[in-house]
Amino acid sequence: MADILEIKKVSKTYNADSDNPVVALDGVDLNVAEGEFVSIIGPSGCGKSTLFNVIGGLIDDHHGEVLIEGRPVDGAHKDVGVVFQEESTFPWRTTLDNVAFPLEIEGVGKEERDALARKFIKLVGLDGFENHFPAQLSGGMKQRTAVARTLAYEPRIMLLDEPFGALDEQTRMLLGDKMLEIWSALNQTMLLITHNITEAVQLSDRVVVMSYRPGTIKEIINIELPRPRSSEVISTPEFGTYVGKLWTLLREEASRGMEEAEAEIAAT
Amino acid sequence: MSKLHKMPIVVGLIGLLACALILEYSVDAGWVMQLVVPRPSDTILAFPEVQADMDLFGNFFVTLAMTAAATLLALIIGVPFGYFLYRNTRYGVAYEGWLAAAFAAPTVLLYPLFLVIFGRSHATLIAMGFIPGAIPIIIQTRQGLLGVSKTLLNVGRSFNVSERDMFWKIQLPSAVPTIFTGIRIGVMYTLVNIVAIEYLIDFGGLGRIVSEMYFRFDTPGTYASIIAVVFVSVFFYWGFGRVEKWLRPV
Ligand SMILES: Nc1ncnc2c1ncn2[C@@H]1O[C@H](COP(=O)(O)OP(=O)(O)OP(=O)(O)O)[C@@H](O)[C@H]1O
Ligand SMILES: [Mg+2]
Repeated sequence: MADILEIKKVSKTYNADSDNPVVALDGVDLNVAEGEFVSIIGPSGCGKSTLFNVIGGLIDDHHGEVLIEGRPVDGAHKDVGVVFQEESTFPWRTTLDNVAFPLEIEGVGKEERDALARKFIKLVGLDGFENHFPAQLSGGMKQRTAVARTLAYEPRIMLLDEPFGALDEQTRMLLGDKMLEIWSALNQTMLLITHNITEAVQLSDRVVVMSYRPGTIKEIINIELPRPRSSEVISTPEFGTYVGKLWTLLREEASRGMEEAEAEIAAT
Repeated sequence: MSKLHKMPIVVGLIGLLACALILEYSVDAGWVMQLVVPRPSDTILAFPEVQADMDLFGNFFVTLAMTAAATLLALIIGVPFGYFLYRNTRYGVAYEGWLAAAFAAPTVLLYPLFLVIFGRSHATLIAMGFIPGAIPIIIQTRQGLLGVSKTLLNVGRSFNVSERDMFWKIQLPSAVPTIFTGIRIGVMYTLVNIVAIEYLIDFGGLGRIVSEMYFRFDTPGTYASIIAVVFVSVFFYWGFGRVEKWLRPV
């Protein structure tokens, strides 16, 4: 399979001209094959969201290059859809109108875009809530609305920034299954940021472990569990081995991150 | 939940009625000078008299129309100007303080100047109503746009929206609640200014009637026409509430 996405030596420093620059990313290299499911895991503040902003063309003062099918990305790209970490549904639009938003922007007629939006709403399991406003939905439902909205854009590469971060373990597991279902139905390339090791192993072909500041790639683990998978795979011994391996890698980074953050707070 | 909680209008009216009864009794008992505050019942009886004498109802619509025109003008100029101050940070920072200061100024006192420019006309009323109405709309538009969530802007950018769609479909709806706070404040000041000018220059709608009743020492008539002004304000408060609900249902 050809690489649809190539990230070459990407670095990004916030407040570069100030007294305390923050090196969020430092020389990140990553290739992703078409149709692959890759999770990115790393301590809080290590630059995961920043990496997505670079891939999505939302940051332009970075170093290095992002290529999609060999062509460098400059600004937002039709092939890349982002689901943001923060609450991102439009509070003044119903679920249906939220999901239809990217189609509306593209000038798709009302009837056609509503029909398409309904399809994606069904796919994320929100049918019956088409006419609800975000304020009338739970946190998880809002995030699913955001996922459906990005799916409706029909990007070839989906960037999911902890879409289910705030949910309880059981719901998250079921939504994980949902994501796998969607992924196999739509044949998209998925990049998922998560704090949850179980989720990363359950869903991915590869798990990218990032190090704490400066954000670099510490290790990439191939997950060779058979597909199709569902949340049942969690109880197998192979699964446990992967989780253990990732946990060890992550613990080093997380504790280093905590220490540095504490030192920083103490210094100020 | 009690039934009363579900009927804010009824509860409000009951409260109003209670106050009226207390006032009625106080006037009767001589605690309140009748020359200053008439009996609520006399005020109510004054409505048909003022109507017959000076067409209260018709003038209600004159003041309403003047206020609507001034507010519309304040919106047409205030929202784009607020957007301009938002886009041009330097101007925004530079002018916000001045605007707030200007809002505090009693612009109503400038009416002789406006009389010179526009004469004793509807244009004077609209212009004098426009000034205090536009300022809070400008300030709140800028604040509302500054407060738009960065994530929502990024959603727009990630879907490649044009600058135009970004404004109409993301920034403006996000800012609606804040802008409407400005409109609500603005429309009240517009109304007060317009009625005051009507009173001062003896021209136009309800303010002119208040002035006429006042000079006739017709206290119940004065109160009746002031209550008509309150109805104008209630109308706008209710109307803008409806519009906001329509723009931002939840
Ligand atoms: N707009 C910004 N200005 C300045 N610094 C920023 C900005 N955005 C992020 N940073 C800094 O860059 C670093 C990486 O941030 P980023 O949001 O990419 O982390 P993350 O890995 O997504 O964290 P989390 O898992 O908590 O979401 C952090 O230390 C953060 O403080
Ligand atoms: Mg993040």
